[in-house]
Amino acid sequence: MNRITYSKATDVRDAIQEHSKTDKAQYIAGGTNLLDLMKVNVMRPAHLVDINKIGFDFIEQEADGGLRLGASVTNADTAYHQHVQQHYPLLAEAMLSAASAQLRNMATNGGNIMQRTRCYYFYDTSTACNKREPGSGCSAINGYNRMHAILGTSADCIAVHPSDMAVALRALDAVVCVEGPSGKREIPMEAFHRLPEDKPDQDNTLAADEVITSIKLPPSKYAKHYSYLKLRDRPSYAFALVSVAAALNLDEQQHVLEASIALGGVAHKPWRMPEAEALLIGKPATAANFRMAADMLLSTAQGYGHNNFKIELARRAIVRALEQAVNKQATL
Amino acid sequence: MKSGYIGAAVNRVDGYLKVRGEAKYAAEYQAEQLCYGVVVSSSIAKGKIKTLDASKALALDGVLQVFSHENRTSLPWFDRSYKDEDQPPGSPFRPFYSNEIQFNMQPIALVVAESFELARYAATLIDVEYKAVDFNADFLNSQEKAYEAKKGKSGWKPPKSRGNASKALKHADVLVEATYFHPAEHHNPLELHASTVVVEADDTFTVYDKTQGVFNSQQYLMNIFGLSKAEVHVKAPYIGGAFGSGLRPQYQLFMAFMAAKALKRSVRVVLTRQQMFSFGHRPMTTQQLSLAASSKGKLVGIKHEAIAETSQFEEYTENVVNWSGMLYDCPDVDLSYKLLKLDTYTPLDMRAPGGATGVYAFEAAIDELACKAGVDPLQFRLLNYAEQEQNEKLPFSSKELKACYAIAADKFGWARRNPIPGQLREGDNLLGVGMATGVWEAQQQQVMAKAKLSPDGQLVVSCGTADIGTGTYTVMSQIAAETLGLPIEDVSFLLGDSDLPMAPLQGGSWTASSVGPAVLSVCEGLKEKLLKEAAGLPHSGFKGAKVEEVLFKDGMLCLKGDPSVQLSIAALMKQRNLAILEHQTASMPDPKQSQYGKYTHSAVFVEVKVDAELGNVQVSRVVVAVAAGRILNPKTARSQVLGGVVWGISMALEEESVMDKQYGRFINHDLAEYHVAVNADVHDIEVIFVEEEDDVINPLGVKGLGEIGIVGVPAAISNAIYNATGKRLRALPFTLDKLLE
Ligand SMILES: Cc1cc2nc3c(=O)[nH]c(=O)nc-3n(C[C@H](O)[C@H](O)[C@H](O)COP(=O)(O)OP(=O)(O)OC[C@H]3O[C@@H](n4cnc5c(N)ncnc54)[C@H](O)[C@@H]3O)c2cc1C
Ligand code: SF4
Repeated sequence: MNRITYSKATDVRDAIQEHSKTDKAQYIAGGTNLLDLMKVNVMRPAHLVDINKIGFDFIEQEADGGLRLGASVTNADTAYHQHVQQHYPLLAEAMLSAASAQLRNMATNGGNIMQRTRCYYFYDTSTACNKREPGSGCSAINGYNRMHAILGTSADCIAVHPSDMAVALRALDAVVCVEGPSGKREIPMEAFHRLPEDKPDQDNTLAADEVITSIKLPPSKYAKHYSYLKLRDRPSYAFALVSVAAALNLDEQQHVLEASIALGGVAHKPWRMPEAEALLIGKPATAANFRMAADMLLSTAQGYGHNNFKIELARRAIVRALEQAVNKQATL
Repeated sequence: MKSGYIGAAVNRVDGYLKVRGEAKYAAEYQAEQLCYGVVVSSSIAKGKIKTLDASKALALDGVLQVFSHENRTSLPWFDRSYKDEDQPPGSPFRPFYSNEIQFNMQPIALVVAESFELARYAATLIDVEYKAVDFNADFLNSQEKAYEAKKGKSGWKPPKSRGNASKALKHADVLVEATYFHPAEHHNPLELHASTVVVEADDTFTVYDKTQGVFNSQQYLMNIFGLSKAEVHVKAPYIGGAFGSGLRPQYQLFMAFMAAKALKRSVRVVLTRQQMFSFGHRPMTTQQLSLAASSKGKLVGIKHEAIAETSQFEEYTENVVNWSGMLYDCPDVDLSYKLLKLDTYTPLDMRAPGGATGVYAFEAAIDELACKAGVDPLQFRLLNYAEQEQNEKLPFSSKELKACYAIAADKFGWARRNPIPGQLREGDNLLGVGMATGVWEAQQQQVMAKAKLSPDGQLVVSCGTADIGTGTYTVMSQIAAETLGLPIEDVSFLLGDSDLPMAPLQGGSWTASSVGPAVLSVCEGLKEKLLKEAAGLPHSGFKGAKVEEVLFKDGMLCLKGDPSVQLSIAALMKQRNLAILEHQTASMPDPKQSQYGKYTHSAVFVEVKVDAELGNVQVSRVVVAVAAGRILNPKTARSQVLGGVVWGISMALEEESVMDKQYGRFINHDLAEYHVAVNADVHDIEVIFVEEEDDVINPLGVKGLGEIGIVGVPAAISNAIYNATGKRLRALPFTLDKLLE
């Protein structure tokens, strides 16, 4: 039998140690992604290290005014947390657009940003996939690539990262706190997920045996003008074709003081472009200006056939999300 | 005079069992020493298996056997041994027959082990080497290979043309020519296909199968494995949805049975969700329509050609274009139905097969024509209303479609429709309305039923039909209770068992209209018997009374003319010393039915909201009026139609099984990526049943409701999208990319 050993880690050191025992170990949190992948033989760990009870089930305020989200807190508990709702509504909105109520009750914050792509071929072991089996080829490039990336792709992989939460975290400049055999470190969201390049099997920059312990949000800046717009093939319980986390700070004349725009469903990582955001600074918050920023964000976008529509969809979605962010107060 | 059950909103008699989890499904039956089979599927679409090495699996402690073409038990040679009640012409797929691969995900081995987990693991250890050859799974790029269907499966009618459509189209005032497409779709019932084969002490087999017809599965096993009826007993008392997927015996039945017989152990095989995409599906179809009308909106010509996929080994056919010939009054009609063979599995009936799709394209084209002629689409349909069935020129047994139009249009507020598209805006959304006609055949099949009455007044009526969630248990209990004047609590209805009286497959919307009359008839027969017994009692007062003169109520017989003459069933049976009173009958369609066109109709009105920039569509309101003869139970009937409408929304907006042309394999094969409608898709739906009397269709006057709910819905949605946006979408599903321009 495909024997799996299982250990329930008692604290973070114990977890790391258990995980270091074999290179076929996997952390398991809510299990909503890992177990699915195990059932279809895509991930075949030999040792499961349960990290639900290692002391990271808290949400607490930081001295600098930021907020720390424990990795083991469920997506539901995070999204409905009063402080998150009040000060990071963009994050709450993004998280509540994901999956279903049942899944959000199981899924954890660490697991969410670690979830793997939903590329059809990645899930089907009878097809070629470089992410699943390096060197076997990419079936999506010439195959059915409706859900695939239009930005930052490589000749080896055009998969997208499916998380909604990660897109909002990226827009909010969150930092991922991790701990490993050689100690603790902090990885800004920007550097957490990676582009596929020639190593699509690596989704992110987490080192061997490292575990996510928490996610740090800087002091809230965007509680007023924000919007998470998710476009998908079904109004609930479907992954984003394109999503936009938009956040603005406006002066009294409705000129843009600060802007943050992160895209989901378009790349192997949540996509941001500082130059496009800079374009808006000091300018009136108008659709025409938003369109300019959108054009810049998508200037290097490339379709692969079935996903060509995403370029135009993303353009329109960016403009709509920024408009919604401006008007958020009115709709509340 | 009536106990009032027929036509009453009786709750489902099996409802409690289902919500408490006490209703058992095929994969839930236990047996001593049960072992578990897991199916290995082919990863290529066409070719041969060069080698299949099971040694690693077999080396595991607890793996009992790996079945494949290499070690299968001996199997019959001729196609006829593999036939089933829903089989298209051709050569049915034979699991394990040879090393030939005919379609991707073809089952090639069954690993049987002491536990499910072990079998599943061992299945990953089977090494298969293939010799793959070129295949064709590209439907749209091989349309030129389509050929006119000559023969079809039972129920298929070769389309009949009439007049000279080409001429009519040439000289018409208004002409519409358009091509429509719909992708393959899978049934995806919640319950996975499963069979548990129990080896009994006397070496007979009890088979719990997910099937819409226990006799179909039984006969299939008898033919292939050379067994008598007494040796194979098939049961399917509860089914977690099927929608057509259980009309043919699926391969898990064959495999579980072969393993159980060879190992002399009880075996269970359950398919995975991915494997649910490895057999029948609604066939991809292209439909070319040319319609012509006079400037006043009179239909003058119809040309409808469909090309549908089938497999290389069977010719699956459905009535796609026939609806276009029958639905409206039109002199010149040209219909054609072609098949295109692909290296995939044979398609299979799926809710309203042919109708859900043919009527979709036709009713969308009718809307295009009406709009082009400048006639209100509802008015257009009334102008061309068929008072006679048009393909056969037969009178309708009943047709209250006009009432459906009127009532639904009024409830919906159709009169407020703005004929100019793209005018109504609400925030970011464009609003639009559309309508379509729905139609499905009303049929009756031959059915047998049995009734047993015991002295305590308990009635057991039985028939080997099925209840795939439709409410068969409930409505049959209602008919029996009302006919014999018993409280419904004292009536039980048995089904889904091959030891019960014969019934056809549950499909085609014919169960209520076929089993219903059989239940009525067997209960009427029991009444006669009761009266005869009563008349035989000295001084009972029933002597010489005719059955029409006797009231059966509350467990009593009572003379209508003299209510003082009465007798309880219990007393009667006691005095006559009857341990049981039994009756069995067959009911069959009256031959006079063939002189009529027999159909269920509906009118569907839909409102949509389409995001003007982003393209996502929401079906905000549906009003559907249905004329389906007598409604046995408005509650279960409404559920049927609601389910159909929701599926119509799903079909219009979301459903698509994507065929990957590199692999010849459906690639979005799970419920995360094969989208079906969820709660968030469903808004206001109003179902109205229009009164319709029909004394031709069957003695109960009921037509079926299984399919009608879905028919017309995708067309009404497409027409509403046009009204909202001015865009004509002609390929299902209407995903947002298609509305971005
Ligand atoms: C049908 C369906 C629809 C969905 N729709 C959406 C959607 O629309 N949007 C969306 O964003 N998500 C969606 N999800 C995905 C869902 O959000 C993820 O499955 C979930 O967030 C994963 O969290 P988990 O705790 O269950 O992770 P697990 O399944 O336990 O783990 C996932 C991976 O993360 C690793 N891991 C977990 N925790 C840590 C940690 N602390 N440190 C290091 N590694 C860790 C595990 O080893 C594993 O590899 C959907 C899922 C399903 C099944
Ligand atoms: S896109 Fe990436 S994940 Fe998908 S098949 Fe190609 S390599 Fe695999």
